[in-house]
Amino acid sequence: MTQSVVVQVGQCGNQIGCCFWDLALREHAAVNQVPARSHEPPRLSARVVGDGGSISKGKICSLKARAVLIDMEEGVVNEILQGPLRDVFDTKQLITDISGSGNNWAVGHRVFGSLYQDQVLEKLRKSAEHCDCLQCFFIIHSMGGGTGSGLGTFLLKMLEDEFPEVYRFVTSIYPSGEDDVITSPYNSILAMKELNEHADCVLPIDNQSLFDIISKIDLMVNSGKLGTTVKPKSLVTSSSGALKTRHQKPFDAMNNIVANLLLNLTSSARFEGSLNMDLNEISMNLVPFPQLHYLVSSLTPLYTLTDVNIPPRRLDQMFSDAFSKDHQLLRADPKHSLYLACALMVRGNVQISDLRRNIERLKPSLQFVSWNQEGWKTSLCSIPPVGHSHSLLALANNTCVKPTFMELKERFMRLYKKKAHLHHYLQVEGMEESCFTEAVSSLSALIQEYNQLDATKNMPVQDLPRLSIAM
Amino acid sequence: MSIVTVQLGQCGNQIGFEVFDALLRDSQSSHGLCCKRENEAYQASCKERFFSEEENGVPVARAVLVDMEPKVINQTLSKAAQSGRWKYGQHACFCQKQGSGNNWAYGYSVHGPRHEESIMNLIRKEVEKCDSFSGFFIIMSMAGGTGSGIGAFVTQNLQDQYSNSLKMNQIIWPYGTGEVIVQNYNSILTLSHLYRSSDALLVHENDAVHKICAKLMNIKQISFSDINQVLAHQLGSVFQPTYSAESSFHYRRNPLGIDWHVRPPSSGLPSLGKKSLNKDLHFNTSIANLVILRGKDVQSADVEGFKDPALYTSWLEPVNAFNVWKTQRAFSKYEKSAVLVSNSQFLVKPLDMIVGKAWNMFASKAYIHQYTKFGIEEEDFLDSFTSLEQVVASYCNL
Repeated sequence: MTQSVVVQVGQCGNQIGCCFWDLALREHAAVNQVPARSHEPPRLSARVVGDGGSISKGKICSLKARAVLIDMEEGVVNEILQGPLRDVFDTKQLITDISGSGNNWAVGHRVFGSLYQDQVLEKLRKSAEHCDCLQCFFIIHSMGGGTGSGLGTFLLKMLEDEFPEVYRFVTSIYPSGEDDVITSPYNSILAMKELNEHADCVLPIDNQSLFDIISKIDLMVNSGKLGTTVKPKSLVTSSSGALKTRHQKPFDAMNNIVANLLLNLTSSARFEGSLNMDLNEISMNLVPFPQLHYLVSSLTPLYTLTDVNIPPRRLDQMFSDAFSKDHQLLRADPKHSLYLACALMVRGNVQISDLRRNIERLKPSLQFVSWNQEGWKTSLCSIPPVGHSHSLLALANNTCVKPTFMELKERFMRLYKKKAHLHHYLQVEGMEESCFTEAVSSLSALIQEYNQLDATKNMPVQDLPRLSIAM
Repeated sequence: MSIVTVQLGQCGNQIGFEVFDALLRDSQSSHGLCCKRENEAYQASCKERFFSEEENGVPVARAVLVDMEPKVINQTLSKAAQSGRWKYGQHACFCQKQGSGNNWAYGYSVHGPRHEESIMNLIRKEVEKCDSFSGFFIIMSMAGGTGSGIGAFVTQNLQDQYSNSLKMNQIIWPYGTGEVIVQNYNSILTLSHLYRSSDALLVHENDAVHKICAKLMNIKQISFSDINQVLAHQLGSVFQPTYSAESSFHYRRNPLGIDWHVRPPSSGLPSLGKKSLNKDLHFNTSIANLVILRGKDVQSADVEGFKDPALYTSWLEPVNAFNVWKTQRAFSKYEKSAVLVSNSQFLVKPLDMIVGKAWNMFASKAYIHQYTKFGIEEEDFLDSFTSLEQVVASYCNL
């Protein structure tokens, strides 16, 4: 079995990471409560993300998270270490500083990058050593700030050099338009260049989408429209039933959504199923060209009603929801853009016929690129997430990410034209205006690739002439 | 005469389990519709073919399980052991930690050579256990990375090391609407390589078996388990012992005695213009057909319909192309059962479709970087396309 290491960088990254570990433990505890049938080996799925744990009386003891926590301020990490999850983290796997990056990518990337380069490398090597087959690094960070954005992307290059065969999956929180950090466009664009060049796969997420999902859930739960009550554990936003009860903080609901995304992403690698999908298959199937590795994710269901027996119609609803804008973690419109590839990762009691029926049903309303008309990658994992009987994670490589990037570029240009706040960056050693112009060209080139694909959208699919063989 | 089965990848292992289970369950069933002595002969023949005996009497499948990650093999081993009726050899599996990532190149160029020795050793051990060894049965899918890539590699090795033994590959043709996005690439690479080293490719299409489950068996929520069981049933009815045509009292010793080495006449193929005009265009033209009948009234069954010349290509006499095996012992409790193994044009359309889709994707160079990363270059793809176009053309010309 392979292992993954989570690298959480910056305030956002660490807060999400914290929710992730909480939910991961909850999931493993729930899964291990059912005593393994005598012929089955004990479920070691926890080992994928944790190390050294043993299972006694259904509880997981002394499991240590395979994680490296990095922040240039102490606040968040200290809170984690004083909170109920303190036993889960190995204190040697932390790197903190006190001054913070001041929302400045250059400080995060160049100053702290060079300062902590050796330490970070050492911690990463340590966690790699604890794995007997390391497959993937999950990096969690935000794009708009300084540490997550700057230091987080600095790590990418380091990981690529040091562990070239290990995949780098990055979960990036993109700033929304109303972001309160003025320099977030600068930070994001500078970070994007690194993501373009050194990440294998990026899952862009924006705060606005997460917020919309929460509002939708609140509406449903509080409207009383639902005759029956909603199972509290099943809310994709909830921490209830978590192994360690924590004081629910404002961003927790949103962070839990992202945590659930990561759990579902790794579920087929951790648990059994009739059609397994490992993490290396995600990259293989969803990345047709190296630069086009941005995947829009959507998660369903967001909650479960307490009635247990869900007829197939509800199951089909789950598939429809996955393709609705309400369930996406990024503001985008995949249905009106071009799909390059799509992955459906199903968990729970869903069989191949259900999957096929729904693909047939949804296919006509989606546009796939001409050379990948049947661009579906599917997986079936038998174990559903806690509180649900089944769930679906859809990952789409779709040109609908283009508007997000274009908007980001526009916000950047608005600032850059006036040279606003530029001096904060330029005064960092090694930073020049060329860094900015290079970053923008990198993004423009990416947007251009998407444009070229979009141009093929409504063209009729032509079969190319085949090789002719002399008999 | 014994067969050694090699199960590769998730698909191969999941199906392999169902096949052995079906074979043993049938052989141990008492509803043979024949006398006890005959039933015992059948059982003994089946056992010798697919299982070896262990001290405590539990039959051990003559199989080697290969996968690049442990979950499926663990499940397969435990399911077999759980049945209590048979099991896999304790040391008969080869497993790694990280899968092939749906990448044929990774399976063929990285995993294959890296683990060549270990895998071939395991196979050799199984072969040595056989008193008289007849051939290999390799179960694999085309769409993924392990079954397809390592399957192609292993088959090649078997061709080198056991050139006199029969190698039959059970290929699972993926659903048309993707299970894996790069399945068409993986499929053409697999097929073109297998064509050089395998003796026979037994093909099962997921779509076809799915339809059987839906339409003929009326299963509402079809799972892979259902599909695999149908497959196992079909394979079992082909591979279970049958009488040889010559002597009706002994079970055929060679289970894979189908002569697949049909070649067009050396005088050359008739030119296309001479196609018979009364040929019904619905018929798939065949090169060879084998019908296996089991159960009640087999001796009186009428198989004349299979000898119709319209079924066969113009340069073959039906008498050379058609074989029928009859066995009184019923299969899987069915009073009468029949199975047709056919080498015909049925695969032309699916093959053509896969080649077409792969070609379209190749033209845009999509995903190629994933293959060149591991040493499969564009020329390798072109070679594969060329050989498969030839196959399609050859079959079309029948």
